[in-house]
Amino acid sequence: MNFEDTSLPGLGVRREITLASGRRVGVVILRDGSMQLIISQREDPDACAAAIPLSVDEAGAIGAMLGAPQLVTQLTDQHRDLPGVNTQQFVLSHESPYVNRTLGDTSLRTRTGSSVVAISRSGRVFPSPEPSFELNAGDVLVIVGTSTGLDNAAHLINDG
Amino acid sequence: MGETAIILIELGAVFLGLGLLGRMAAKFGMSPVPLYLIGGLMFGHGGLIDLGGISEFGEIASEIGVILLLLMLGLEYTARELVTGLKGSWFAGIVDFVLNFTPGAGLALLMGWGFTGALVMGGVTYVSSSGIIAKVLSDLGRLGNRETPVVLSILVLEDLAMAIYLPALTATLAGLSFLGGLRTVGIALAAITVVLLAALRFGPQISRLIHSADQENFLLKLIGAALLVAGLASALQVSAAVGAFLLGIAISGSTASSATKVLEPLRDLFAAMFFVVFGLNTDPTTIPAVLPMAIGLALVTSATKILTGVWAAKRAGIGVPGRLRAGVALIARGEFSIVIAGLAVASGAVTGELAALATAYVLLLAVLGPVATRFVEPLSKPFLRKRTQSSPTLPNPPLVTD
Repeated sequence: MNFEDTSLPGLGVRREITLASGRRVGVVILRDGSMQLIISQREDPDACAAAIPLSVDEAGAIGAMLGAPQLVTQLTDQHRDLPGVNTQQFVLSHESPYVNRTLGDTSLRTRTGSSVVAISRSGRVFPSPEPSFELNAGDVLVIVGTSTGLDNAAHLINDG
Repeated sequence: MGETAIILIELGAVFLGLGLLGRMAAKFGMSPVPLYLIGGLMFGHGGLIDLGGISEFGEIASEIGVILLLLMLGLEYTARELVTGLKGSWFAGIVDFVLNFTPGAGLALLMGWGFTGALVMGGVTYVSSSGIIAKVLSDLGRLGNRETPVVLSILVLEDLAMAIYLPALTATLAGLSFLGGLRTVGIALAAITVVLLAALRFGPQISRLIHSADQENFLLKLIGAALLVAGLASALQVSAAVGAFLLGIAISGSTASSATKVLEPLRDLFAAMFFVVFGLNTDPTTIPAVLPMAIGLALVTSATKILTGVWAAKRAGIGVPGRLRAGVALIARGEFSIVIAGLAVASGAVTGELAALATAYVLLLAVLGPVATRFVEPLSKPFLRKRTQSSPTLPNPPLVTD
């Protein structure tokens, strides 16, 4: 699937895919970090039938809905026999100090014992991300760990 | 009552009045610029109440207003966007310039306002208001439309063209010789090139120099740098506004977005003052005489802007409805046209009639532009549908619900 990026000078960027049906679906990511979900009209493919403003958390939630849940369900299934091991997803909020820094910078593994097994961004899943993976606001981090470890991880990615 | 007391009361009344006007504008979803102009007209010479006391503060405040307007405009763009914009759509930029500069300049020549008047009026009719247009497109949910990047890239080029146009204008208004004017434009061009290159290369470093986690400190450094650069540019007769614009471009990334946040309220305050002062200096009784001319000019330049947008969108492979949307979106003129007219009026090199014409013209198009943009779709739909129905269309695939 090809992501098509179009710069909107002064405002932000539009990222979209063209579906098999010919319709465009994507997001407009504005400078201030806010987002719009866009869906093209059927009778006029240049125009948008909908442009729905999304907060970072809402966008992350939709991304997760589209990309991460199968992964989380699968992992939870696999860990069913291991008591105390959980899988959870966290949205990297705008205020997080790790926005635009690498996964390695968080030292999540060393500091909480939990590990990031996948990152979902705009519905695209990056499995087993490397420490050099650069985090963006709105990324959904799929983390595996004990419940304390997950609590600590949530705290860490939000507040550093 | 002491003089200070009168000034404070007058200023308070003006800002309070602007605030109320601004809220009214927001209610109708329109730009407050036309209302600020009307506010200024009411309180100036020949208006309802003559507010003479604030002229001293008003002048310096409006000067700062222009600097902040352009600084924030520069902050909106990254150097990369400007360079790609320049590469990708320079031809559309030239078409835009020729089609929309000519009517204003032509009218000024017809009126016998000379070369200076033509340069000023050409600029007034040429520049669309990127502020108004970006806001309208985003309010109407058209940011995802295919024609929107076409519109935005034309706006980028216009804003970039200002960096060459304003120095040329300042030089002409100052009565510099042709050679002196060339020198000024040369300096401006060199400065733009240096700033673009520096911003591409050292953007993060420049930003770090200005950036500070402490808001107060950050604001002081920003304003200080802006006024300093603007002052230096003005000393070189390159126009203070252009200096601020270039500084804005040089600041990038997260520094730019936090700078926008800190500066926005200040810009709104000082820019409002700028529009008011422009209105104050225009005698409202001169407007009725130029109104027919302003309406004619507004109609002609609306048509030329539509033509520009339709042509550029067609070149980008956009369908007919999208071409129309792109064309109509470009109609709105606003803050920049007033900046140009304001510079001209302040220099005293143009007639009062020109100021009245520019005011009436911007009042018309700042209101008409957004309204037309909103209604182009529903109004043109019946006509366009007839056309598409007469041509054979593929039947909708079955079992697909929309």
